[in-house]
Amino acid sequence: MARVVVDVMPKPEILDPQGQAVAGALPRLGFTGVTSVRQGKHFELEVDDSVDDETLAKIAEGFLANPVIEEWTVRRLS
Amino acid sequence: MKIGVITFPGTLDDVDAARAARYIDAEAVNLWHADEDLHGVDAVIVPGGFSYGDYLRCGAIARFAPVMSSVIDAAKGGMPVLGICNGFQILCEAGLLPGALVRNKKLHFVCRDQWLRVENNTTAWTTRYEAGAEVLVPLKSGEGGYVADQSTLDELEGEGRVVFRYVGENPNGSRDDIAGICSANGRVVGLMPHPEHAIDALTGPSDDGLGVFLSVVDSLVSA
Repeated sequence: MARVVVDVMPKPEILDPQGQAVAGALPRLGFTGVTSVRQGKHFELEVDDSVDDETLAKIAEGFLANPVIEEWTVRRLS
Repeated sequence: MKIGVITFPGTLDDVDAARAARYIDAEAVNLWHADEDLHGVDAVIVPGGFSYGDYLRCGAIARFAPVMSSVIDAAKGGMPVLGICNGFQILCEAGLLPGALVRNKKLHFVCRDQWLRVENNTTAWTTRYEAGAEVLVPLKSGEGGYVADQSTLDELEGEGRVVFRYVGENPNGSRDDIAGICSANGRVVGLMPHPEHAIDALTGPSDDGLGVFLSVVDSLVSA
């Protein structure tokens, strides 16, 4: 068994209104100096040893992320 | 003439889509998400709602439903397919239409009657409209911002594949005010606003949406 982390983020050129809303709220809460926030998704998968890197890449690109609007990274933690 | 209407768990607008099909004297055939059989339909409507709760991304899970593999094959063979709202998102996720739909620019769910301009009246779903006609139909969506990379947008514009455009204030931040697009052959159309909610002035803001459904009957008869 291994733990695999897939992080999915909106591409830089894609408007991220959720991140902007968070960034906009920070000064109102008294936190200054944060100039930008991007909001994405973090997936944790428990996979058995039969799942190879190629399959994980397919899962990330074909399902967890939409390559039109998002970028992704796949990491094996153990 | 049989028009199939897909129901996924979480679909909301299948009843109105089926009603629109019956309204123009077509037979509405209910298609279940888990069934690969299209039951001999001549066209398919992928209606609005929140398929599978829209978890992950809008339309991302529905795109892998058994019925969708049959719809994708049929669409590639030339069957007219219409995706409305969540259906548009599903068709983009499925790769039948380019681009993606993202969260509305102002983050608010938008629910209002919306004027649209018919930019292309040669698709399977728009022949009953005059080019440049302005129609009033409901819009109700939280993730209706159409995005695609610049080369895709240039291609859509260059080939006349922007089918509907928002008139007046852009409700969701869609690139180039795009409300609906079509496939290269004009048989697959996706749009965010809801023509199926505007088929009778008794229950909608107009009957302007009826042209979408009458058009597909025409294109099936002439095919």
